Amino acid sequence: MEKYVQVENVQMLFDTKKGPFVALRDIDLTIAQGEFVTLIGHSGCGKSTLLNLIAGLTLPSSGAMLCAGREIAGPGPERGVVFQNHSLLPWLTCFENVHLAVERVFGRAESQANLKKRTHEALALVGLTHAEHKRPHEISGGMKQRVGIARALSMQPKVLLMDEPFGALDALTRAHLQDELMKIAQATHSTVVMVTHDVDEAVLLSDRIVMLTNGPAATIGEILHVELERPRERLALANEPKYHEYRAAVLEFLYHRQLRPAA
Amino acid sequence: MNKIFKALLPPLIGLLLFVGVWALVAQSSPQLPGPAKTWASAVQLFSDPFYRKGPNDQGIGWNILASLQRVGIGFGMAAAIGIPLGFMIGRFQFLDAMTAPIISLLRPVSPLAWLPIGLLVFKAANPAAIWVIFISSIWPMIINTAVGVNRIPQDYMNVAKVLNLSEWKIFTKILFPAVLPYMITGIRLSIGVAWLVIVAAEMLTGGVGIGFWVWDEWNNLNVEHIIIAIFVVGIVGLLLEQALVMLAKRFSYE
Ligand SMILES: Nc1ncnc2c1ncn2[C@@H]1O[C@H](COP(=O)(O)OP(=O)(O)OP(=O)(O)O)[C@@H](O)[C@H]1O
Ligand SMILES: [Mg+2]
Repeated sequence: MEKYVQVENVQMLFDTKKGPFVALRDIDLTIAQGEFVTLIGHSGCGKSTLLNLIAGLTLPSSGAMLCAGREIAGPGPERGVVFQNHSLLPWLTCFENVHLAVERVFGRAESQANLKKRTHEALALVGLTHAEHKRPHEISGGMKQRVGIARALSMQPKVLLMDEPFGALDALTRAHLQDELMKIAQATHSTVVMVTHDVDEAVLLSDRIVMLTNGPAATIGEILHVELERPRERLALANEPKYHEYRAAVLEFLYHRQLRPAA
Repeated sequence: MNKIFKALLPPLIGLLLFVGVWALVAQSSPQLPGPAKTWASAVQLFSDPFYRKGPNDQGIGWNILASLQRVGIGFGMAAAIGIPLGFMIGRFQFLDAMTAPIISLLRPVSPLAWLPIGLLVFKAANPAAIWVIFISSIWPMIINTAVGVNRIPQDYMNVAKVLNLSEWKIFTKILFPAVLPYMITGIRLSIGVAWLVIVAAEMLTGGVGIGFWVWDEWNNLNVEHIIIAIFVVGIVGLLLEQALVMLAKRFSYE
């Protein structure tokens, strides 16, 4: 497998009123094309920060970041982002929010009708056809998050960067979208980097689980390879001993070695 | 029905009280006309609002329209310059720093202090009055627009970056809609200022206009007409304000 995203010796400092704050240090991570990687760690450890670095929304204080062999100097259409707080534009309908992205990526090459079709398809994929013409404030938090996912998927990015995309969803919708995501990722050979709080979700979806230590100055504590056959079936996995081993390993890391900081 | 009654009752009582106090005060000071006398005079005045008997004797309707026209022109020019300027000041730090001292110096200047400059430059009363409207109503629009641009949530700009939107799309899909509520607040404040200022400016410049009309009636010692003018100015101001509130509601996305 080819290296697709490379993060080398990256440090991230934030300037604060009390001087520089070291959010991340010594991050080394190489992600292969088509790989599904999740980032897990306690709240505030720097998962979003790392994801934003890969997205190119912030630049590292030191170290190198590459995507497809090229330096990451800013966001690019080959990297689709699902934001932690959905970030829909409140004055546009769900359809228009997604269409904005579709238009930008495919607008030059395709007809208007085709762009509309792509938009409809993306929204259908997350089960929101009925809410196409609603504005974000008229739909639930979970629905907003799904529009955000549709927007990112509609761009057919090579890398999908997702910041807790299913965090706000109920268990049923979440399971459904997890399955959809696995299917899409496999069908399109997309590379996915996803931030999550949910241990089951991490094990179910990932090829590798990247576990971050607690901040400040968080770094990668451990990387777990999840070697479960694909396609994965959530029901079948429940009887799979290896699944429970992986789960236990992540839990052990999170709750034993990186005890939640007293917040 | 009951609801409408409940909503109307308090303001109605307020108005009645106001008229009552006015009538009482008028009774004890003979120069001040009471409500009944003013009403009679108003009925007569508004029975023929659009007459013309020479340049200085025209119906109240013409006077109101003349003032509104001045406000419209002065305010329109202020919007045409102030809003784009506000966008640029909000977007470019350098421009902000450059214009900040000028704005903070000129903004607090009393509107009428600009009148002599206008008279000097334009050598005529009408453009001078428009100039005063322009200069006093431009500040709220510049400042509110700039603040709106500064307050755009980083999230929206992140969306723009991630989607790699063109400058034009950023402007039409993000900047403009995000700033619109601030802009409309600026416009409302500006219209308010413009309408406040026009009366005073016209008193000084003369011609046709509600401000000049007040001055003229003062010279004629027609106090009823002055009171009517106060109500007219208030009501027109209220209508302008309401029109803009409606405009704001029309463009709000919530
Ligand atoms: N722009 C910033 N300026 C200063 N500090 C920041 C900034 N962004 C993040 N931080 C700090 O960096 C640390 C990591 O933040 P980050 O948002 O990446 O956490 P997270 O792991 O995504 O948390 P959560 O799971 O709650 O979303 C936090 O301590 C946060 O306070
Ligand atoms: Mg986060």
